[in-house]
Amino acid sequence: MTTVAENFVLPERRGAAGRLSDFFWKHPHVLLTVMLAPPLLWLGVVYIGSLFALLLQSFFSIDDFSGLINYEFTFATYRQLLSETNLDIILRTVSMAAVVTVASALIAFPIAYYAARYAQGKWKVLFYLGIMLPLWSSYLVKIYAWKLILAKEGIVTWFLAKVHLQWLLDAWLSLPVVGGNSLSVSYTGTFIVFVYVWLPFMILPIQAALERVPGNLIEASSDLGGTPAQTFRYVLFPLALPGIVAGSIFTFSLTLGDYIIPQIIGSSRLFIGQAVYAQQGTAGNIPLAAAFTVVPIVIMGAYLYMAKRMGAFDAL
Amino acid sequence: MTAVLFDNVSRHFGAVRAVDGVNLEIAEGEFFAMLGPSGSGKTTCLRLMAGFEQPTGGHIEIFGETAEGVPPYRRSVNTVFQDYALFPHLSILDNVAYGLMVKGVGREERRKAAEDALAMVKLPSYGSRRPGQLSGGQRQRVALARALVNKPKVLLLDEPLGALDLKLREQMQEELKSLQKSLGITFVFVTHDQGEALSMADRIAVFNDGRIQQLGSPEEVYKQPKTRFVADFVGSSNVLPAKLCQKLGVRSTYASLRPEAIALSAPGEGALSLNGTVSAHSFLGAVNRVVVDVDGARIAVASPASLVVPTVGSPVTISFAAHELHPMEDA
Repeated sequence: MTTVAENFVLPERRGAAGRLSDFFWKHPHVLLTVMLAPPLLWLGVVYIGSLFALLLQSFFSIDDFSGLINYEFTFATYRQLLSETNLDIILRTVSMAAVVTVASALIAFPIAYYAARYAQGKWKVLFYLGIMLPLWSSYLVKIYAWKLILAKEGIVTWFLAKVHLQWLLDAWLSLPVVGGNSLSVSYTGTFIVFVYVWLPFMILPIQAALERVPGNLIEASSDLGGTPAQTFRYVLFPLALPGIVAGSIFTFSLTLGDYIIPQIIGSSRLFIGQAVYAQQGTAGNIPLAAAFTVVPIVIMGAYLYMAKRMGAFDAL
Repeated sequence: MTAVLFDNVSRHFGAVRAVDGVNLEIAEGEFFAMLGPSGSGKTTCLRLMAGFEQPTGGHIEIFGETAEGVPPYRRSVNTVFQDYALFPHLSILDNVAYGLMVKGVGREERRKAAEDALAMVKLPSYGSRRPGQLSGGQRQRVALARALVNKPKVLLLDEPLGALDLKLREQMQEELKSLQKSLGITFVFVTHDQGEALSMADRIAVFNDGRIQQLGSPEEVYKQPKTRFVADFVGSSNVLPAKLCQKLGVRSTYASLRPEAIALSAPGEGALSLNGTVSAHSFLGAVNRVVVDVDGARIAVASPASLVVPTVGSPVTISFAAHELHPMEDA
């Protein structure tokens, strides 16, 4: 038998690297601190800190005559936020975000289910490519492309005219609220583009959640007498719920904050993101802009609290 | 009455013949074991009974009714899964009551039934816990209760004791057996552990390569293996090669001989004997396993631990009664 080592304790590695690994092995908490400190500093100071500074601005007010910020604690800006026009903006944005989220979830689920349960090998690769590819191209290009697609002279109108369904589009566009002159200047258009742009953010978390559901749970439910619909309702859906909630956090908050899509596609009425942009840019009203940004944060907080209360994270 | 009938059933996955022309008939109230190595088709047979698989050939009847094309949720057959498959997001009580819930049984009634079922598997007052908080043995019992609460006509068990330690496994074997007796439900049990099959089953089907090698009582399968595979897989019978069979005057090509039927001594009256040399031995507790080389064939002998073990290399005579030698089919 050949000898592997002279002694039980192998010789030390030479140099600083060797001493360092010995040191870290003996003091694992030091290693942890070294690894965590930079990201924690980044998140804690740069990220949360600046967010907090922004929020602080919402408790200041602007002097209507001079346009200067008055650095005194006041709720005046929040009173302004709750004026009828601003509430209108908030309501419009939240409704849009809610509808976009529900629609994304409905469209994403079957796709994610297929990808998690059936797609294998190259089909899985194709799935990931199909989902991710739109994310690689420019956001603005996609939106302008959609503007052309949805325009009165666009491909949608052309196609519907060819199949003699123009009347359906006209009927839809003549409806109040969702209708308009053409799809590209209606809320329907805004909705379609929002769903298109955020869909990957809904599909991927749901797919990840479904992938973790063991196949034999589905079989067990079926074995115990659960019809496919019951299996979906009592087993699959509750177990996929954390994924749906995660996806909805993306779609909901991204819609709440976006200011480009509603500006390019839709009616000229403002969304929260546009209001923030206008207030801090043209109007120079940083306090009101800050107050507007508080709205999505509060709404998301309430949403997550409700999701937790409803047991969305029980299966985690 | 026949509980489960397989008439020339096959299940092929492309070129793979997972189950290939299986015939079997399981009687009502029977404890039936399907024994075989992994990939032998026993689990696929179980899945055919549960309805997770459909046969590609042949015919299946369960209690006289055609099973092909009937989805799992419309079969009065329940399964205890190998890794239990408890619903992680439901409490133990809701897990057990699941089958009743999807069938529309009232809340109060199904709670009571589930509690009774939990009491039956000796886990009362565990109802409010989650599956993640239970040990392997406890989950196993919950899985059993969840299946039995539906009062199935046939209970299918897919290697249910595989993940348990030896002590727990022996205890569960006894409990399963007595549960089956008291409930009178037909149990179909899949296992690769021959000891488990022998100790629990009324009848055993030994599977290999998608086919049944032998079907019979534990005693028959153990003592009179029909093929070399069965002799080798069920216990560890010696398979005597053609040369020794000829010498002993057996008419078939191969014959089986159990190690415990052989004695390390000169033959008594009417006994057969062979001469060889000891090539190895090991201590197994109650017995010593002595391997004797007879004309190049290695024959294992289970010798009581109280007897002296001959040293390796020493010549020895082994003897056995003529009726212990069982001729086998050539396969």
